[in-house]
Amino acid sequence: MDEKPERVVLTEEQKRSRRARSIAIALALGVLVILFYIVTLVKGPAVLNRPL
Amino acid sequence: MSLVSEGAELAGSRAASARLEPSIASVGDYVALMKPRVMSLVVFTALVGLMIAPGHVHPVIGFTALLCIAVGAGAAGVLNMWYDGDIDAVMTRTAGRPIPQGRVAPGEALAFGTVLAGFSVGVLGLLVSWVAAALLAFTVFFYVVVYTMWLKRSTPQNIVIGGAAGAFPPMIGWAAATGGISIEPCLLFLIVFFWTPPHFWALSLIRTDDYARARIPMLPVVAGPDETRRQILLYAFVLAPVGAAPWLLGYAGAIYGVTAIAAGGAMAGLAWRLRNERDGARAERAAQQLFAFSILYLFVLFAVLLVEGGLGSLVGHAARALW
Repeated sequence: MDEKPERVVLTEEQKRSRRARSIAIALALGVLVILFYIVTLVKGPAVLNRPL
Repeated sequence: MSLVSEGAELAGSRAASARLEPSIASVGDYVALMKPRVMSLVVFTALVGLMIAPGHVHPVIGFTALLCIAVGAGAAGVLNMWYDGDIDAVMTRTAGRPIPQGRVAPGEALAFGTVLAGFSVGVLGLLVSWVAAALLAFTVFFYVVVYTMWLKRSTPQNIVIGGAAGAFPPMIGWAAATGGISIEPCLLFLIVFFWTPPHFWALSLIRTDDYARARIPMLPVVAGPDETRRQILLYAFVLAPVGAAPWLLGYAGAIYGVTAIAAGGAMAGLAWRLRNERDGARAERAAQQLFAFSILYLFVLFAVLLVEGGLGSLVGHAARALW
């Protein structure tokens, strides 16, 4: 017998929520990358100097 | 069966159903978990610590420090809501939060809070200062483990000792700017520390039934409203000179001194009135007024410090650059 595995079918609301959360995570990661880039430019070579 | 365990079961069943179904949590639910109103106060006091510190901080580094402190405070809020999901469900003030409502599963909140805490401390250390990062890590630990998990449910001194968590941000801001700690940020710490009991006890006088239903041993629940009013007055009397200490010790100017004395006097006056108004609507209004004024008190004192110290030195830097 050829039984297909059960699959979760998302409702429209669940799809909308997931899309919004994915965009928020992407934006947060983007901000983090830009932040590291700008701070590296601001600090210059001193970026490697990390005194306590 | 106690109301707390009923609430815990209710939250548990909602959480279980939320786990079985794909999440419908919105971005707003995750923002709400971070307690944005608490975050705004944390960012403001940290900004003051950062700005009044000696020396010059590059605006990008300053912004990075504040962002990390805000996210770290948010992480502490998320982990607090994760642990307190059961009591949040039985308190009117907190029943609408995402976890008791079943919109965010406790496991999701735990993962979210842990990731935020790790990133905020790591980024603050890598980009700004490891001293500031260590203080931020300790603050998150203190709020989540010492206050939320231990003190909150076990002693009426919960918000007295736990108040230290809310008092650390100006120290973190100072450490981000200077790489260390000195007397001035310790004074800011003491101001927030002694401000916390009268602020939260005024709120708990208004919400006594809520706290009693959740079995949280807040002072009015355990010792009664009269003892709470007496202790509010004592803390207000201690807060007044502590608030003026930056001026008395020469770290702040005359404008701050006059403001701190006037605001400290007003706070003590409201606490005195609360002590004498013990029944009915007048007693509740006195507690509401003290609670509202306490927020203004902290904001005004830190705002004057910011204007006197931080913005003053910023104008000085700009003037020297122009000449």
